[in-house]
Amino acid sequence: MTDIAIRFDRVTKAFGPVRAVDEVSLDLPRGALVTLLGPSGCGKTTTLRLVAGLELPTGGRIEIEGRDVTGLSAAERRIAMVFQSYALFPHMNVLENVSYGLLVNGARKPSAEAEANAMLKTLGLDGLGQRLPSELSGGQQQRVAVARALVLRPQVLLFDEPLSNLDARLRRRVREDIRDLQRKLGLSVVYVTHDQQEALAVSDLVCVMRAGKIAQMGTPTALYEDPADAFIADFMGEANVVAGEVLGPDRIALGGVALDVAIRAHPPGPAQIAVRPESILPQPEGAPGLPGRIHRAAFLGQTREYEVETSAGMLFVVTPAASPAFATGDAVSCHIARAIPLR
Amino acid sequence: MGALTLARAALICATLGLFLAPWHGLQDGFSELASWPRDSAAPLVALLLDGSRWWLWPVALLLALAAPALLRGRAGGGLAWIGAGLVLAVFGAGYAIGLNGLNWSWLAPLLGAPPPQPSLGWGALLVLAGGIGLFAAGQAARGRFGADAFVAFLVCGCGFLLVLFVFLPLVNMLSAALYEDGRLAPAAFGARLVAPEAWSLACLSTHAGCGVVWNTLLLATLTGVISTLLGLGFALLAVRGGVQQSRFGAGAFRAMTILPLITPPFVVSLALIVLFGRTGIVTGFMWDWFDIPRSRWIYGLPGVLLAQILAQAPIAFLLLDGALRAISPSLEEAAATMGARRMRVFRNVTWPLLKPALAAAFLLGFVESLADFGNPLVLGGDFDVLSTRIFFAIAGARHDPGRAAALALLLLALTFGAFALQAWWLGKRRYTTVTGKGDSGLPAALPRGLKFTCAAVVWPWMIFTALVYGIILVGGFVHDIGRGDMSFTWRHLGTGFEIDWFDGAPAFLGSAWDSLFTTIQVAAVSAPLTAGLGILLAWLIARQNFPGRRGLEFMTMLSFAIPGTVVGVSYIMAFNVPPVELTGTALILVICFVFRNLPVGVRGGIAALAQIDRSLDEASATMGAGAFTTLRRVVLPLLRPAIVTALAYSFVTAMTAVSAVIFLVSARHNLATVYIVGRVEAGEMALAIAYSTVLIVIMLAVVLGIEKLVGRARLGRGSAPPIRAGA
Repeated sequence: MTDIAIRFDRVTKAFGPVRAVDEVSLDLPRGALVTLLGPSGCGKTTTLRLVAGLELPTGGRIEIEGRDVTGLSAAERRIAMVFQSYALFPHMNVLENVSYGLLVNGARKPSAEAEANAMLKTLGLDGLGQRLPSELSGGQQQRVAVARALVLRPQVLLFDEPLSNLDARLRRRVREDIRDLQRKLGLSVVYVTHDQQEALAVSDLVCVMRAGKIAQMGTPTALYEDPADAFIADFMGEANVVAGEVLGPDRIALGGVALDVAIRAHPPGPAQIAVRPESILPQPEGAPGLPGRIHRAAFLGQTREYEVETSAGMLFVVTPAASPAFATGDAVSCHIARAIPLR
Repeated sequence: MGALTLARAALICATLGLFLAPWHGLQDGFSELASWPRDSAAPLVALLLDGSRWWLWPVALLLALAAPALLRGRAGGGLAWIGAGLVLAVFGAGYAIGLNGLNWSWLAPLLGAPPPQPSLGWGALLVLAGGIGLFAAGQAARGRFGADAFVAFLVCGCGFLLVLFVFLPLVNMLSAALYEDGRLAPAAFGARLVAPEAWSLACLSTHAGCGVVWNTLLLATLTGVISTLLGLGFALLAVRGGVQQSRFGAGAFRAMTILPLITPPFVVSLALIVLFGRTGIVTGFMWDWFDIPRSRWIYGLPGVLLAQILAQAPIAFLLLDGALRAISPSLEEAAATMGARRMRVFRNVTWPLLKPALAAAFLLGFVESLADFGNPLVLGGDFDVLSTRIFFAIAGARHDPGRAAALALLLLALTFGAFALQAWWLGKRRYTTVTGKGDSGLPAALPRGLKFTCAAVVWPWMIFTALVYGIILVGGFVHDIGRGDMSFTWRHLGTGFEIDWFDGAPAFLGSAWDSLFTTIQVAAVSAPLTAGLGILLAWLIARQNFPGRRGLEFMTMLSFAIPGTVVGVSYIMAFNVPPVELTGTALILVICFVFRNLPVGVRGGIAALAQIDRSLDEASATMGAGAFTTLRRVVLPLLRPAIVTALAYSFVTAMTAVSAVIFLVSARHNLATVYIVGRVEAGEMALAIAYSTVLIVIMLAVVLGIEKLVGRARLGRGSAPPIRAGA
């Protein structure tokens, strides 16, 4: 046995002339939660459906747990999937929904229902077995969908934007629940989302996709702090990308002003430089830093947001609410703690 | 289902066809089985061994080729070639060698002068089914059809049936128009197409009649326009005129929409004759009271037109009613807030939004009028239209299939022209007035003048309709309604439906029993087949991705566009001779109904499937269910309402249809509608009306019964909302 749960070897999926997934190769480790992240239309959902067998690739090879599944239909792969819409069968009650997969795979009715009931209990749904899906709240429906997938003890569990139909508060709780469950059961999970915060919060690994290809894959920290290019830098949280110059280790020039800033290793010379909004701290005029003028100011409760006009261009700044406040028109000096020269 | 399972089943099926079942059709029914395995009931293997069908050896060889790998448990893509070979071998030999020996003379060097070969039978059917199964298994093994052998088999099987029973008869008939006395004659074909019989304009200048094409077009246009306007009047009154508030009004409008659906099309003609014929009730009344002379004005354009409008106006009403309700009141309210008065709102907002529905209603009336056969036959008199002229070209004194085919071609061209026009027109204008957002607001009331106009037209028409249906109800139970003798009697019902008891067993002596039993049997057999096949096709077209999906959909819809008369002609031309000889059987009636009513089941199924989120199917698949299990446990239960509708519709149409089957009935298998038409032609009006009443009652009972038996779908709380995943 390998430690690889899913392996893509130059997998392509073309719809007519459009290549939704374009020669993607990747190895996803067993027991990890991997998110596929990207803007809409980047191919992340197609990639997930290729794993599920709901789409068959037009080229390349897919392995799950070392088994070649390239030509197998969804029914023949040992996976389970939680759909964005949950896809609960409206004509079956909760218990019938959860035991469906077991029955289809040849289990006897009593044992299937016992297993389904146990799983419902694990997810805190006991007592709801006889309800129809239409009689459940959104959060309950979501958990039934998860129970229905987990009860099959799949080798790989797939989530297609599972939280997008929940309200913001519930979303945070459910994503923690999913993460806990995944850790407890040691499941290999592939999770599709377009919400980078969600991806950063739950993942062991994040795989950012763009135009059918993998833009970058790594741990959440690595992606945030060490992005490969401007696209990743901007997509993983916000970033001000400005033209500047790397002068040496931890020394850069922005808008003609030389600054001491922590940077990653980069050869000296002109470069695009990404600066996170929270790395910038406006200070009263005269302090060392990049001089500028407050163009717009907003108070958001936990944070303050500014747009600062500088010689390097307009910078978007986020500071803790506790830091000193400035008003529109104030002259400031921006202290920059960290910057990321892009390769 | 795996490809191997399917291939093995197909092999078994084909082997049974080879060794056991009689290869050729049994002319005298199952009694011929007594001679098995010799003579007319011989299986193919016996025929091969005695050398009389040596050209069919490829069938046995192909099966032997497929067997070894399958027995060893391997199903490869090569099976597709073997399957295709089987089908081609059976049909190729069947068409090449017919009742008169060799049909395709260019094969003479290869086949010599073979003995005559009768039609294909059960054995051939099994081999063909096996061949299709092997073909599908081979395709699935190659990864086509999502690698699912069940889907592959369904697609190949349905495709085969559609080609055989929709496409080939049509092509066959069109090619018949090209032949004269068995020789290819393009000149004769051209002459038939432009014959004065079809295109003459003599009626403009002389007293002679015009060509049938002009007659048909005139009738269809008038029917379309008048029934659309009437339907619009009904719809405006129903939706905006406050009629639905009163119980009487609502009931009357609902009855208006249901009655025509369960009435055989020509029954209305009978009532019209009883009312307005030379000795009719109204005619007599007019003569007695106003000295208006008796005449035969009802026979001809006015009568046919009246009958068609009586049938079409309610359908136009249904269409426009839906369109009118779909117009969001907020649009009209917006116009009103901008200062427009009622009439102006109607003219500037409501009317333009109704235009697509008006066009649809007109074209439907137009097309239905083109296809109508029963009314012109009963009421037409000297006024011939294409459908009746085609009938007489086949069934009349001068049997001329080439002429019938050419006329059928003209009718088909008109119908397709109408559909093309509709597609073109509707393609340009499509307004989405249902926004999906919760729309409140009150629809604007009708402008007063318009409301009075509508009421002035609609209520008299309603009374007229009630009169017509009242005649149908009463006519069977009075002595002689044709001459105004209105005393009550069971006599006519007795003639048709007399039952005597001999030794405790019923004897059905009435003259109508035979045709009634056949009709019910044929309808009862064809309805579930139609619904089943239709829903399956809908599922394939809407949910599966496979090469040729568009083609399958096109062929399904093709049979919807072909007028019944054309279908009838094409069927007797295609299935009167080997290799597929079906005329004179009840089977051809069933097949005719199944493929004519198929599109309605398919459309209903596709519409219902559009309401069911695709992720439900996918969820089932990811949990390990194959296509068959998903279909049975997830899709079909959710499609129940659509299935009930398709069942009821196909049963009712099978009981009321006359245009196609009038060509296909035989003395042994007669149908109720055809029998009634016969009674009318024999002048036995009362018996015809009594029989019609019986039909209507049966249909009502069956439709309600089907609904009760299959049940309405249980889907959570409330009435049927769109089925979204998880909701």
